Amino acid sequence: MRFRTFVAAAIIGAAGFAPAIAADEPQVVRQEMMKKVGGATGAMAKMVKGEADFDAAATLAALSTISEVAGSIGAYFPQGSETGFETEAAPAIWTDMDGFTAKLAGLKADADAAVAAAPADLDALKAVFGPLTKNCGACHETYRLKKS
Amino acid sequence: MKRLALGVGLAAIAGAAAAYGLTAPTPVAAGRLAAIAALEGDAAAGETLFWAGGCASCHAAPGAKDEARLVLAGGVRLKSDFGTFVAPNISPDPQAGIGGWSIEQFANAMLAGVSPDGRHYYPAFPYGSYVRMTDRDIADLFAFLKTLPASDVASLPHEVGFPFNIRRALGGWKWLFFTDEPRVAPAGDEAQLGRGQYLVEGPGHCGECHTPRNPIGGFVTDAWLSGAQNPEGEGVIPNLTPGGKAIAGWSAADIAYYLESGFTPDFDSVGGSMVSVQKNMAELTSGDREAIAAYLKALPARGDGWK
Ligand code: HEC
Ligand code: HEC
Ligand code: HEC
Repeated sequence: MRFRTFVAAAIIGAAGFAPAIAADEPQVVRQEMMKKVGGATGAMAKMVKGEADFDAAATLAALSTISEVAGSIGAYFPQGSETGFETEAAPAIWTDMDGFTAKLAGLKADADAAVAAAPADLDALKAVFGPLTKNCGACHETYRLKKS
Repeated sequence: MKRLALGVGLAAIAGAAAAYGLTAPTPVAAGRLAAIAALEGDAAAGETLFWAGGCASCHAAPGAKDEARLVLAGGVRLKSDFGTFVAPNISPDPQAGIGGWSIEQFANAMLAGVSPDGRHYYPAFPYGSYVRMTDRDIADLFAFLKTLPASDVASLPHEVGFPFNIRRALGGWKWLFFTDEPRVAPAGDEAQLGRGQYLVEGPGHCGECHTPRNPIGGFVTDAWLSGAQNPEGEGVIPNLTPGGKAIAGWSAADIAYYLESGFTPDFDSVGGSMVSVQKNMAELTSGDREAIAAYLKALPARGDGWK
């Protein structure tokens, strides 16, 4: 019994390389990147909502994360990655790559400006948070699609 | 906000219903019209109905932002299986818009889907929901619309071919599906749920996107707000009942915060045609958003409507 479990585990383990490959798929990479953006946004939103104390270092880290993702995620939407791995990327990305790239540039510009401003208190965070997060819905409106 | 599914088979209904003489437009009863006309509209109160009703999502120019959403020049294209509807100019301009309309004409449009010249409107204009609005809210909304800037941009014709271009046939659709009955009977705190139900089933017209339709354009029974195919093409409109994959795990406060900020509990941001709806919801009071959330939490759980 033990032995069988062991063999089964070994086989599953060997099959484990499949998820390893999936982890390199652009669909998966970009979803993980966007989750980071969500996490960073959430960290700041909690401060804005008064659910967490203002933390200047955490704010800067969150803004930097968003800037980094905005600058690099564009490479993870190659032809052929339109579907699969539960992607919620909308077909509009590939029919209008210029528009999509412009939206990413907008997010990057606002995140960079916020990093440069280095919010030192809650009011300063609030001043950059609103304009920065307008970019989210503005892109998701056209380029992200709920599929299930 | 592009395509509202209307369903198919209007032609079939047209043939059958016309034979029975069911297609004649029926305006609002004279007594009710008189009662509405007797009210003094309160424009400030009407602003709430304007946002709850999402008028700007369809009637502001395509892509309009911020202040420009108050200029109801029309032009948004609503694609459907029958062709493309173009939202008309409803700004206070007397020629291009509805500046010359009486309150009775406005009430007939909103509550009966009947135009000043006595013809049916297409249900792409969601009067199938607005029919639940109160007399007071109709009067207040009309007063608010009059305060908005006029635009002289001419309304464009709809791009619908035969037989859907026969407005008279819409009488068949109305005969089958046009009702002011409540969609569900949720149980709980009556005042708050009642307000939530009014906002969602009435002015908010949430069901127009979130409820699946049968092939002839009516809502599927027992599937209220259970989600639907995206009429714009690929993708789905989420299930809002407690049976929905995502929303099942959201508290009422999470729903209210989503309507206010556009953020889900995971800090994913709102997308698709809900972006415009959420911007409207952000203009409501927190009490109204909480009432909507309470109503959604009290809905009967349903499986995903698109399956
Ligand atoms: C989902 C899109 C949509 C929304 C939301 C919407 N409308 Fe409309 N509306 C339309 C369309 C499409 C028409 C044209 C209908 C037709 O020609 O049969 C229309 C027509 C009208 C008309 C008749 C105009 C005319 O020239 O005959 C009025 C009045 C009107 N809408 C008012 C409103 C108000 C007030 C609101 C908000 C409470 C609103 N609409 C929200 C799509 C919309
Ligand atoms: C024009 C169509 C449309 C209308 C009208 C509409 N919605 Fe939505 N709604 C959507 C779409 C599309 C989504 C998916 C958003 C996304 O892709 O992030 C959505 C998502 C949602 C969600 C999040 C659910 C989830 O699982 O992520 C809630 C809550 C919601 N809508 C509530 C409402 C309420 C309340 C109303 C009425 C006041 C309403 N909606 C009216 C199209 C609509
Ligand atoms: C330039 C376009 C763009 C901008 C700007 C953008 N997103 Fe996204 N986002 C996407 C796309 C595309 C997806 C879907 C990716 C996929 O599924 O392949 C997505 C998905 C997501 C997801 C879901 C990730 C998952 O799979 O669970 C979250 C969370 C998210 N975005 C948060 C945000 C937040 C918060 C912002 C604003 C700070 C933002 N996004 C700005 C395009 C964008």
